[in-house]
Amino acid sequence: MLALYRHMVLTRALEDRLESLFKQGHLVGGLYRCLGQEATAVGSSYALEDGDWLAPSIRDVGALYVRGLPPIAMLRQYAAREASPCGGKDNTTHFTIPELGLLGPISPLGTQLCVLNGMALTFKQRGEPRVCMTYQGEGASRTGASHEGFVMAAALDLPIVILLEHNRWSFGTRSDRAAAVEDWSHTAEAYGLPVRSVDGNDVLEVYEAAREAVDRARTGGGPGVIVAETYRMLGHAQHDPQKYVAPEELEEWRTRDPIRRFERVLVDEGWLSESGCEEIRTSVDAELAEAVDQVLAEPHPEPQTARTRVFADPEEDPEVPWTRVSPIGYADLNLTESRGSQAGLHGGGR
Amino acid sequence: MSEDPPATITYDGLRETTYLEAIRDAMREEMLRDDTVFILGEDVGAYGGAFKITEGFLAEFGPERVIDTPISEAAIVGAAIGAAHMGMRPIAEMQFIDFIAPAFDMIVNFAAKSRYRTGIGAGIVIRGPCGGGSRSGPFHSQNVESFFANVPGLKMVAPATASDAKGLLTAAIRDPDPVLYFEHKFLYRRVKEMLPVGEEIVVPLGAARTHRPGTDLTIVTYGAMVWKSAEAADLVSLEDGREIEVIDLRSIRPLDIDTIVESVRRTGRLLIVHEAPKFGGFAGEITAQVCEQAFEWLDAPIRRVTAIDTPVPYAPTLEDYYLPQTEDIVAAARWLLAY
Repeated sequence: MLALYRHMVLTRALEDRLESLFKQGHLVGGLYRCLGQEATAVGSSYALEDGDWLAPSIRDVGALYVRGLPPIAMLRQYAAREASPCGGKDNTTHFTIPELGLLGPISPLGTQLCVLNGMALTFKQRGEPRVCMTYQGEGASRTGASHEGFVMAAALDLPIVILLEHNRWSFGTRSDRAAAVEDWSHTAEAYGLPVRSVDGNDVLEVYEAAREAVDRARTGGGPGVIVAETYRMLGHAQHDPQKYVAPEELEEWRTRDPIRRFERVLVDEGWLSESGCEEIRTSVDAELAEAVDQVLAEPHPEPQTARTRVFADPEEDPEVPWTRVSPIGYADLNLTESRGSQAGLHGGGR
Repeated sequence: MSEDPPATITYDGLRETTYLEAIRDAMREEMLRDDTVFILGEDVGAYGGAFKITEGFLAEFGPERVIDTPISEAAIVGAAIGAAHMGMRPIAEMQFIDFIAPAFDMIVNFAAKSRYRTGIGAGIVIRGPCGGGSRSGPFHSQNVESFFANVPGLKMVAPATASDAKGLLTAAIRDPDPVLYFEHKFLYRRVKEMLPVGEEIVVPLGAARTHRPGTDLTIVTYGAMVWKSAEAADLVSLEDGREIEVIDLRSIRPLDIDTIVESVRRTGRLLIVHEAPKFGGFAGEITAQVCEQAFEWLDAPIRRVTAIDTPVPYAPTLEDYYLPQTEDIVAAARWLLAY
């Protein structure tokens, strides 16, 4: 219970830090927030075990912490530091860390389900009781890749759990413009998969549903889908002031805030006192303050590392001098000598 | 080159092997050697593949290693990537290479960029029948290499001979990075070679081959056009007494530019022949690189013989007009030799 709480608090506290860093100009790219969706990511991923694999979307940062990712890694990603999991070559949650069972998504949505299917297929081929879990917003589930991913998971009966996060918005488009259903569980039923709808802002309900689906997948019961009803409380990214959202709707969902709700449960059931909650928040903040200072002191990657790691074989990374003026410029190519050396070899021609 | 496969000829440990059989042998031998190698694709199992390349595989290797999938090319390639991340060596079959288009996103955005972004590679093979000449129309005849040539992180091969079909596929399966393997369906049963039975052949990726030596003109080509280029070279030799060197690239990426440049510096003339359309075609890249590295050795402009810039048409009269023919290559070669 306390771990669930701490991971949700951490998710939000780190985002607050990232927002400040973004405003101070320390983040080089966009900032994608998951305010209001912390319970979905944390509750579901908590149902996994070591050896399982998880593929988040960009808004499922809490799930990464549950899998053991140190929060400093997210700071490094957004700040494009050399020591970031992507070495500065990609942003957000787009990293793959086999030791933690984390598969990074890519920006074309729905694709990570197709790839995670391959991991689940391997578990099945090897007879290993391991499970995969992935997330899609309802917007992402409209892509062809998502559809094909659902089809393949169902056809090959793979051990995979798919969280469909109905957060109401894909960028600036309402979910009722993206499908002719109100109940999004119908979209998963079409694949013949078992579906359970949950209150995505209730971390315990999410956990219980995920536990059920994970256990079923682990024991050969095939894929399962969970539709988590939640709300994206901020714009698509930090640059989006969310003007297309009715203020009263936001206000209504603010009363269902997943962290405040869970705090009430913790206090009412005697797990923590109000001051106990405060202590956890303070310790998380202190941890993050230290991490921020450390990351800001770290270097960005060396420019020429942009060339590396295209292929496994370093020789396959092209190093052609005249593709860049700097640092090896045209001046370094001895044109006169090159022309002169050919004259004797090749006098004829036009 | 006959359409009907004759009775198999064996001699002294060698067996007459078609291009198609060479592909089958490479996959089968790798699957026997390494139990992480498996195949997935449409109709590869129970049916044995649209061209019968995987015939008998389901019985020999079982449904966990010969996987019939839904008609979902993105999901096929995606699953291959995920399995490769887990240490498997998947071969994803596109029933026709034209159908690689629905998987473009998975190849270009996931497979090709995976190692660069995350340090975790995607050692997959995506193979499928390419090319025209079999009266199959716009969606069963294309050559797609240029779609992918501008994507760092991908390797691409296009064998012309049976031994290269086997050797390049073996190397592709063992390669830690994504390899697109373009097998020309016109060559499946028309090209054959005496190959050692059950013996491993590995052709390194990125190494061109001199198909026919020559001194007066270099033709750079790959895939089915190797045979038409060689035919043209023989004709020019016979009728004009001029010797054309035909270089079979075998690998499109990595490109063996050194072999091309070395040849051009000897012959002073370059003709590039490919079956894909001209505009934005791979010949443009070769032209640019030769200009960068051997401009002053050239005695004539670089010329290209390619398909015309249209979709691949269906009617025999149209398709023959569309495809580069031996006489087109002869004409371009003579123009260059006379320049």
